[in-house]
Amino acid sequence: MIQRAHVLVCMGAGCVSAGSELVKKRLEEKIKEKELDVEVRIIGTGCMGPCERGPIVLVYPEGAFYQKVGLSDVDLIVEEHLLKGRVVKELLAKDEAAVRVSKEEIPFFAKQEKIVLANCGVIDPENIEEYIAANGYEALARVLERMTPDEVISMMEKSNLRGRGGAGFPTGLKWRFVRSAKGEPKYVVCNGDEGDPGAFMDRAILEGDPHAVLEGMLIAAYAVGSKQGYIYVRAEYPLAIKRLQIAMEQARKYGFLGKNILDTGFSFDVELRIGAGAFVCGEETALLASIEGRRGMPRSKPPFPATHGLWGKPTLINNVETYANVRHIILNGPEWFRSFGTDSSSGTKVFALSGKVKNTGLIEVPMGITLREVVFDIGGGIINDGKFKAAQIGGPSGGCLTERHLDLPLTYESVKEAGAIVGSGGLIILDENTCMVELARYFLEFCQLESCGKCIPCRVGTKRMLEILERITQGAGKMEDINELERLGNWVQQASLCGLGQTAPNPVLSTVRYFREEYEAHVIQKKCPAKVCVSLIKYLILVEKCIGCGRCAKVCPVKAISGAIRKPHFINSEICVKCGECKKVCPVNAVIID
Amino acid sequence: MKIEELRKLREKVQEELKLRESIEPKVKIIVSMGTSGIAAGAREVLKAFLDEISKRGLKDVIVLQTGEKGLASAEPLVEVITPEASITYGRVTPEVARRIVVEHVINGRIVSEYVV
Ligand SMILES: Cc1cc2nc3c(=O)[nH]c(=O)nc-3n(C[C@H](O)[C@H](O)[C@H](O)COP(=O)(O)O)c2cc1C
Ligand code: SF4
Ligand code: SF4
Ligand code: FES
Repeated sequence: MIQRAHVLVCMGAGCVSAGSELVKKRLEEKIKEKELDVEVRIIGTGCMGPCERGPIVLVYPEGAFYQKVGLSDVDLIVEEHLLKGRVVKELLAKDEAAVRVSKEEIPFFAKQEKIVLANCGVIDPENIEEYIAANGYEALARVLERMTPDEVISMMEKSNLRGRGGAGFPTGLKWRFVRSAKGEPKYVVCNGDEGDPGAFMDRAILEGDPHAVLEGMLIAAYAVGSKQGYIYVRAEYPLAIKRLQIAMEQARKYGFLGKNILDTGFSFDVELRIGAGAFVCGEETALLASIEGRRGMPRSKPPFPATHGLWGKPTLINNVETYANVRHIILNGPEWFRSFGTDSSSGTKVFALSGKVKNTGLIEVPMGITLREVVFDIGGGIINDGKFKAAQIGGPSGGCLTERHLDLPLTYESVKEAGAIVGSGGLIILDENTCMVELARYFLEFCQLESCGKCIPCRVGTKRMLEILERITQGAGKMEDINELERLGNWVQQASLCGLGQTAPNPVLSTVRYFREEYEAHVIQKKCPAKVCVSLIKYLILVEKCIGCGRCAKVCPVKAISGAIRKPHFINSEICVKCGECKKVCPVNAVIID
Repeated sequence: MKIEELRKLREKVQEELKLRESIEPKVKIIVSMGTSGIAAGAREVLKAFLDEISKRGLKDVIVLQTGEKGLASAEPLVEVITPEASITYGRVTPEVARRIVVEHVINGRIVSEYVV
């Protein structure tokens, strides 16, 4: 029987960790209890986007977007909305941004353009029939039915799609290289390693629409002439792995994977490979080594994987999001795809928006959108109405964009010119309370720890740079240190073998370039302007404000605060360990950081 | 599976997903589900609508609910909105619901004895 209402419960990793599994279970129980289970369908979906507002429940046909749904809210939704047909306005209004009924009206979604994520949060990723209903496997059918491999590759070239894994290499051209490479068999590999801290674009696609990735790989395999594929996913993504396994099983059962696909004589199958979660294993040659069962270490290129990949055979390696774009290009044509974005950067890009904006989460925007639109329209501006300071784009391999870049269109070229990279889609927004030196130190430390150690510039160079940065954040820096950072950074960039070392200095170089005065403040005045670096700050109690309530003294773990009751209190900075507890409890904000 | 079979399967399952698009359907059937509506049997009526619509494989028809209409004596109330007009029926039973689907929704003839 048809249903009159569909209740979509977000089962993305963010919402699951906020308790959406319990919410779904309760919904199912409640609906049974009210005998609504034949007419109302409950569907678990992939990430809907605004993860930090989870668990999210979306009710159709009204499109009511319930956020931060608790178990008691479930009862209300069932009794009021599903039984009596009244949208529960109080629940929508829990959040200022969500007083509107339908999803489309929420500003977070208004400027987005969902192509890759069109199914994510809309269909049940564990049910292949929902994917088929959403035009799934139609692109594959068309390719097998009426296109030659060359026509497929030409179409990809015309679309101008560039790899979404970081480097932005033209996808069609890569496919052509693999097609014309000599050697059999050929392999098709999907890079789902996604090691950037804070990034979760590929995870969300794998969890929310796994068949789209499989379909992209199938089309690529037909185009380059491959029968065997591998998907590499890190072990930290258990949900993505589970959904992929289900998708692969169903695809086999329905005849989209395996022998004689769709009765056309074309055969292809994929295997899943689980990575242990090393950042460097995302680098393509290291990833291939890891699939072969060897230690994940990069090797020098050329030869490129296109000619010498897995077991020395021609291998196509693309990113998850790159593959997920393919079917849309086949279905709608390359001109349609190029109508999104700019001339050189076509289509959309998925970003994991995080940091100090009001709305964080997973977003998809046309390339060429400005940073201002992302931060202020989609992100809703800076939290606590603070001031925008910078955006770290491209993860640990990237760099920062500043206030003067707010109107910069986000394209591969313009971001590179500004000294950063679009990268795979990490986008962290920073406000005035972020110390840029500490930020650079954090990312450099990440790369230093993840360096595979094969080459000296990367292994030792990043270590020396890290020591300098640590010195500066501890107030022991010298003026020469800043120049030395630049000198070392350029050297590490140029002399390292793989992309990890070649990009590791980026966050340092770009913060020195745009925030040199902040480095100088640490070195000359021994002050951290953002009041973050623990060695350079001091907790003080303002005598004129202190009412002598004694709460600070009570919470201080090291008894650094003294003073008689109802008399001003004092902090002994010799003892103080700068934990910040006193500042949190002071009822009159008398504790300040100097 | 062959290509034709894929397309047939798609046609079958596609209808279900339409509910999740924010497009206006051609026909809306709105059942009043306030406390008195439910007491007068509105739930059975709603189920009869859904059943008849799926049996006949109707597309572009959506069944909605609403709260009290303030016409308790005529409950269960049902409003049928088509591109031509919006008609309210009263004292609808499951049998009447099935008639409304066949006569009004499919053939465009209003079931006049139940119009309020
Ligand atoms: C240190 C390092 C880490 C990388 N991590 C990833 C990753 O997690 N996912 C990814 O798709 N590409 C990653 N890449 C880029 C890959 O080497 C490769 O360029 C990419 O998978 C190609 O796919 P694309 O053309 O579709 O972007 C990384 C590169 C480097 C140097
Ligand atoms: S640059 Fe760093 S990560 Fe890359 S191969 Fe050299 S040591 Fe390993
Ligand atoms: S910052 Fe922590 S250690 Fe220092 S005075 Fe306050 S409570 Fe005590
Ligand atoms: S996980 Fe639910 S919105 Fe992202």
